[in-house]
Amino acid sequence: MTIRLSIAAALLAGAAPAIAATHSIVPGDGAQEALQEALILAEPGDEIVLAAGRYTLTDGLSLDVDDVTVRGAGMDGTVLDFTTQQGAGEGLLVTSDGVTLRDFALENPKGDGVKSKGADNIVYHRIRVTWTRGPHPENGAYGVYPVESDGVLVDGVKVTGASDAGIYVGQSHNITVRNSIAEANVAGIEIENSRNALVEHNVATRNTGGILVFDLPNLPVMGGGNVIVANNLVIANDTPNFAPPGNIVAGVRRGTGIMVMANDKVLIEDNILSRNPTAPIMVIAYTQEFEDERYNPLPRDVVVGENRYDGGGYDPQLEGADMLLAAFGGELPPVLWDGLGSLSAVEGTAGWNLNLTEAGKGLGAAQPGPLAVGTPGQPFDRSGIGAPAALEQRLGG
Amino acid sequence: MKSFGWLACAVAALSGAMIARAAPPQQAAVNDAAIMGDGMPRLLSDYGFFDDAGAQLPVAGVHPYRLNTPLYSDGAEKLRFVYRAAGTQFGAQGEGLLDLPVGTALIKTFAFGEGSERRLIETRVLLHRADGWLALPYLWNEAQTDAQLAVVGARIALTTPAGQAISYRVPNKNQCKECHGLSGEVVPIGPKARNLSHAWLSRMVADGHLDTMPQDADQLPLWEARESAPLTAAARAYLEVNCAHCHQPGATASNSGLDLRWEQQAPEALGIGKRPVAAGRGAGGHLFDIVPGSPDASILTYRMASPEPGVAMPELGKATVDEEGLTIVRRWIEEMAP
Repeated sequence: MTIRLSIAAALLAGAAPAIAATHSIVPGDGAQEALQEALILAEPGDEIVLAAGRYTLTDGLSLDVDDVTVRGAGMDGTVLDFTTQQGAGEGLLVTSDGVTLRDFALENPKGDGVKSKGADNIVYHRIRVTWTRGPHPENGAYGVYPVESDGVLVDGVKVTGASDAGIYVGQSHNITVRNSIAEANVAGIEIENSRNALVEHNVATRNTGGILVFDLPNLPVMGGGNVIVANNLVIANDTPNFAPPGNIVAGVRRGTGIMVMANDKVLIEDNILSRNPTAPIMVIAYTQEFEDERYNPLPRDVVVGENRYDGGGYDPQLEGADMLLAAFGGELPPVLWDGLGSLSAVEGTAGWNLNLTEAGKGLGAAQPGPLAVGTPGQPFDRSGIGAPAALEQRLGG
Repeated sequence: MKSFGWLACAVAALSGAMIARAAPPQQAAVNDAAIMGDGMPRLLSDYGFFDDAGAQLPVAGVHPYRLNTPLYSDGAEKLRFVYRAAGTQFGAQGEGLLDLPVGTALIKTFAFGEGSERRLIETRVLLHRADGWLALPYLWNEAQTDAQLAVVGARIALTTPAGQAISYRVPNKNQCKECHGLSGEVVPIGPKARNLSHAWLSRMVADGHLDTMPQDADQLPLWEARESAPLTAAARAYLEVNCAHCHQPGATASNSGLDLRWEQQAPEALGIGKRPVAAGRGAGGHLFDIVPGSPDASILTYRMASPEPGVAMPELGKATVDEEGLTIVRRWIEEMAP
């Protein structure tokens, strides 16, 4: 039976190079060197298989060979333990294209968990990154961290304890983040300065903010937009912000569900939002002053579709919260907009508006009132949004 | 055609035999095939760069050089050499990197300890092959007779000149690329004309190794004479040499938006009033990379002053804080008009 199956698998994989090799790594003495050596000497098409067990690693790992798969024995079976890491800025750094990372975990990396930079068409599948002490400002910044890449599929990952964002996709194009769990991070899932991103079927809970879609100035890649945030469970994001000050997410208010800052064309629909005490949905302009002629600080063409709200901002972390709560009858409506840029919402969407007239000048000029915006015009253009379909084929097994 | 090829082989074989018989070993030539071939030579001696490897005495054609301002590497003494292949010539390209043609090798040995106590730890080579530069690390043996390829690098317990006991990191092959990678290629970092002395460059020109004297050479101050150099030049030279290989467009830290190259003049790109992007706890509670007049409030100096992985900058190539470099950069920020 086994034999027949592997023959079938071999036939199916006919497109792969016939010479693809498997490098098997086991935990224990010398595992650090054996694993890093395999990551360096692998040829395109090879698979590096990490046997179950706990690997004690004192240095960051890196992969710079295209089309390599790194496969463990499950996100609870194969654990790369970086608790005693002495060097490098992340647990695993990937700088090559076509890489698949699957079925293993990283614990307590000193910096980021897995960073892939300029690594096109990467798949993260059933990867777990955990800072085991829970929320702490000295935890690493990002758990899963693809940046400057075209083609990113994050599926079935789990990140806990990141002091910035659990799953962070930055300065990238053609992205899907789905079926993943982001728990007890500052930001659960963050899409930053990126285009054509689909964020769906995720659970974001116990973060400070659940799902953030940001566009920031002064970065090599700007002009974030074409983002769909749909069918996510965004619940109880009520962890006090533990980000080190200075980082943009340090300004995220405890209790934010889904937040859009700047960006062009974002659709938020079919999400379930419950127990996000500041704002289940927040749409605002970039809040700081900036000098960058290329940058547009406003949220443009943001669409709030049908979502399920279990209440709104019942304990907002906002200046003048008591007065606001009193003015809105004890609880803020679910959608908060600062009044800058352009927003539409399906009929019946309850919200409130700060009615700001200028970006980057703080909330001093706010004149809060009920949200009154138009309904969405033509259907949201979904073309080209999400990771390339070819990446899905690597998810089998 | 065929017979000519055969003839050439015969001549090569003959001359090889003659060298082996007649020439004393110290006049051995560099093994161009090791530099140019497809493989990763297992031993440093395979290249034949040195007459006396332990003493770091190079053969003819392998030229020692120094940089005005060098990269800090835990206080290691660094011995740098460049090998020019026969039939090639280095080219001047303004103040930037010398044009080092295919066949060139750059060799850098890291040593700790003085005089008879000196121990060679590792030698990193950069080989210019037909398909680009290849970076390889070699680890010295106990007997100090040869160094062996260590693609995965190593950790070595040693004491720095400042007296700190550290776990010294020999980088692995990928980590070489983290610093030497630029827009998808591996490139040399050090031998830029602006960081090489007039004296060395003119000797290279006079001896026919370099085609012409580069314009705008020798701009970065001599590090040991930094106190007499303009403060801005000393600090900017330090940042160029220690940070800019990653912090520039197309390099490892490009996504930070921070550009610390010598030629960068835009204050925001240099970090002045620039907010961090992905610094995480590396920001240390500070809001900007550089706050003019306030090194204590600047992320740049906070990260330079930290020995802790995840906070410390540079991320690779050092385990200790460079107090001298930190002092210069702090003073530069201090004297910057707010």
